[in-house]
Amino acid sequence: MEQKNLKETVLRISGVNPRKCMKCGKCSGTCPSYDEMEFHPHQFVYMVENGEIEPLMASKSIYRCLTCFACVERCPRQVEPAKLIEAVRLTVIRQQGQNHLKPDAIPALLDEDMPQQALVTAMRKYAK
Amino acid sequence: MQRIGVFVCWCGSNIAATVDVKAVAEALGKEPGVVFFEDYQYMCSEEGQNKIKNAIKDYALTGAVICSCSPRMHENTFRKAAAAAGINSFMVEIANIREQCSWIHKDKVSATEKAIVLGRAAIAKLHLNAPLTAGESPVVKRALVIGGGIAGIQTALDIADAGFEVDIVEKKPTIGGKMSQIDKTFPTLDCAACILTPKMVDVAQSEKIRIFAYSEVEAVKGFVGNFNVSIRKKARYVDEVKCTGCGLCTEKCPQKKVPNDFNLGLDQKRAIYIPFAQAVPKIATIDADYCTMLKTGKCGVCSKVCTAGAIDYKQKDTVLEEQYGAIVVATGFNPIELTKYDEFAYSQSPDVITSLEFERITNAAGPTGGTLLRPSDGTHPHKIVFVQCVGSREDGNGCGKTYCSKICCMYTAKHAMLTREKYPDTEVYVFYIDVRTPGKNFDEFYRRAVEEYGVHYIKGMVGKVSPENGKLMVRASDLIEGKQLLIDADLVVLAAAIEPDKSARPLATMLTASMDTNDFFTEAHPKLRPVESPTAGIFLSGCCQGPKDIPETVAQASACAAKVIGLLNKDKLTCNACVAHPDEMLCNGCSTCEKVCPYGAITYESKEFRMPDRTTRIRRVASVNPAVCQGCGACTVACPSGAMDLHGFSNRQIMAEVDAICK
Repeated sequence: MEQKNLKETVLRISGVNPRKCMKCGKCSGTCPSYDEMEFHPHQFVYMVENGEIEPLMASKSIYRCLTCFACVERCPRQVEPAKLIEAVRLTVIRQQGQNHLKPDAIPALLDEDMPQQALVTAMRKYAK
Repeated sequence: MQRIGVFVCWCGSNIAATVDVKAVAEALGKEPGVVFFEDYQYMCSEEGQNKIKNAIKDYALTGAVICSCSPRMHENTFRKAAAAAGINSFMVEIANIREQCSWIHKDKVSATEKAIVLGRAAIAKLHLNAPLTAGESPVVKRALVIGGGIAGIQTALDIADAGFEVDIVEKKPTIGGKMSQIDKTFPTLDCAACILTPKMVDVAQSEKIRIFAYSEVEAVKGFVGNFNVSIRKKARYVDEVKCTGCGLCTEKCPQKKVPNDFNLGLDQKRAIYIPFAQAVPKIATIDADYCTMLKTGKCGVCSKVCTAGAIDYKQKDTVLEEQYGAIVVATGFNPIELTKYDEFAYSQSPDVITSLEFERITNAAGPTGGTLLRPSDGTHPHKIVFVQCVGSREDGNGCGKTYCSKICCMYTAKHAMLTREKYPDTEVYVFYIDVRTPGKNFDEFYRRAVEEYGVHYIKGMVGKVSPENGKLMVRASDLIEGKQLLIDADLVVLAAAIEPDKSARPLATMLTASMDTNDFFTEAHPKLRPVESPTAGIFLSGCCQGPKDIPETVAQASACAAKVIGLLNKDKLTCNACVAHPDEMLCNGCSTCEKVCPYGAITYESKEFRMPDRTTRIRRVASVNPAVCQGCGACTVACPSGAMDLHGFSNRQIMAEVDAICK
């Protein structure tokens, strides 16, 4: 997807207007996962506004967000950064035509305790 | 038949760029009754006005239609020009082809077409215009100032200085307002009390000023020059004349557990109290909610110790009726309630305080005698965190305010600086979003706090304050370093947003003065008439109009006084000529107009009428006081029998305009 389309997707999914941000940093000041994240909540808002979605999608930060919504609750301008992060996550999940779990990778992941169904579900979820 | 002249203004390129002014003039020249038309670059200029005057004389015009800007802008200019040329000033009609046409349209063809229609409507109305004469009303040479803070004090002193009488109504037992609670003032760091109390004494000693302290405005009637105001003097249970202010009663009163509102509840006072040593008027007041005598009838200690015999447990509220020519609103501000900001733990820890509470703690006359001590355990704080913009600059859907409170950056710099100066072993952190210091010597002041006093200014916001083991754990972001900080602070000071006093909204209703969504009074013009309300005779002083620091408040207070003096200096005021008048033959006496009139201009009277059969009958009919009527037209709309009509905006004229537009 093109960069512009990605930004639009994230904005549409989240319903967030990053232009409302006054860059006070209260979201990052309140985030319990701050130190776990490569990009911090206020950076998410700033980067989405600048259309830099791909680095965010590639970053592990989107899985470090606890979705505790402290940033949403406390943002003085109701920008709702957690919703943006969720939207980036969803953009990753909804990507089509990419195999995150390739059939070749399965043997290495095989675990006797893992139900077979889990592997099938993972294939189904990520393959399309 | 009228002889009408049409004058189309270009307004430089404001109108001419979007409207074909020559086409408009020519099209309107073909309208019935139009004997002259002209277009010109600036009709409002001397040259333009001369064109109107000459045309009126040369073509014997009976009326003029000016196609120009809004009548709010230049109607008066053109009316004066017409009057100078010898026709009645109400024979001028303005077609607003700037604000309502050229500024809001882009397409020249359709804008020109609309300008012609607007001009045609004005011509249609002018055909039905009749000369009007405005009446006159006298001016009561006394002003009322509502609110006795620094704004009210300054306005009252300046008005009194010009020789007019002023009354100050203050709801608290003493004048002085917020400034009396402040310790030092930025950027000069002079003591607030030292510069305020002499002014309070000046007020008390002025022969022209009366202070109604512990009083509230209850009702306002009348209009500019002639306001009738009811003032409720609340019962102090102390005779104001007899009380000498010795303060003996305030030492002997056995009820010691009364929260001291002057110290923002940080300590306690007695049930009979004088707010502070320099109070004006210095009269004791009994707090009826806590006084044992008033509640149970058993005590009476204060009356026993009072050598002046001033205590009067039977005192009742009294209502005074006073007349004023002008009213000044100086109701001031309050910090917002912070109880909803759970993340800052304001309601959880006594060591999280507002900046105004910090002022009291550092004030020599405050609860700690000026020593900076934590409210929880009375120890010295060694690490203080200041949080700016608490409740300011929000998006409006939360519990805060959308505006910048303006004063917080400077007083926080002051607090931080004074703390470092008095207690150099204290680490001071200030979390800011932006530091806003426009003002004379303001930025220099802030830089001094950073450079000379070593205050840690951190760009970022505090996200969470949690009380843990006697410390306040402050979690915040440092945006420049890209770090999240965790500070174990001893004291957290919140720069709470300021909001207009709660009494402002009901007062605005009484005064029919307009307010914005934040309950700040609106000014008549944001740039050119900043100290007047759009309601004639109502003036604005201080924070009731918007957030202000002390220098700005004093400047505005004096400006406000100048406007009041200008009004009181006049012996007579010209009334509005476009007033309502009833057709007595149509009036059925239903009183609907009397109920809708916001100015109380309509009364009913019984009148004798001759009937067609030569009998007489007494009928109840409406009567309008032209001096009070503002010409709003509410009555003409409400009247079920169509008896009420407005001079200058009659139903016939409005219908003629509508017909002209729909032609």
